[in-house]
Amino acid sequence: MSPESGGIDVFIGTVRNATKGKKVIKLEFEAYEPMAIAEMEKIAKQAFEKWPVQRVLIHHRTGVLEVGEVPVVIAVSAAHRAAAFDACRYIIDTLKQTVPIWKKEIFEDGEVWVAAHP
Amino acid sequence: MKIKILAFGIAKDIFGGPSVSLELTNDATVYNLQYLLEHQYPRLKQLASYMVAVNNEYALPGDNLHERDEIAIIPPVSGG
Repeated sequence: MSPESGGIDVFIGTVRNATKGKKVIKLEFEAYEPMAIAEMEKIAKQAFEKWPVQRVLIHHRTGVLEVGEVPVVIAVSAAHRAAAFDACRYIIDTLKQTVPIWKKEIFEDGEVWVAAHP
Repeated sequence: MKIKILAFGIAKDIFGGPSVSLELTNDATVYNLQYLLEHQYPRLKQLASYMVAVNNEYALPGDNLHERDEIAIIPPVSGG
């Protein structure tokens, strides 16, 4: 925490126990690591260009996660909360579109790669 | 030229492994690669969409490919 910072907005993603009413046992995340890191850095750079933020943290886990565990954390500090809220929202929304990370949902009767098929 | 294509997520299931090798002409483009892959692995066409990355950057269909490029198939991402 820096003295100029007036607020930190933190988004913590957690593994839900169901999708569309179907019980989720666990999730499995896979990343194309070098490109995922490159795309995350691009998103952070865009956040700094768009808003007067001070610090940005983007953290994503891979491997198997149980219900309730935390796959992703985004944190943004800024002098004023509006920039922190807006940038934090932008980062998680954009991460979900461009960062090459994939989530497989494991159900009782099978598993599905999220968003793969129409 | 011989190129290696990395696969992730559902693409790895479709290819039956983390990568596949293909023989392409020296002036091949991303579009040519996609055409060949979709011919060899028709299930690719059933995906909502997929991108091709070259050297860790999303590529355009007209981009040329080179033997030492790191090429990857990027199915719809679902991080977060």
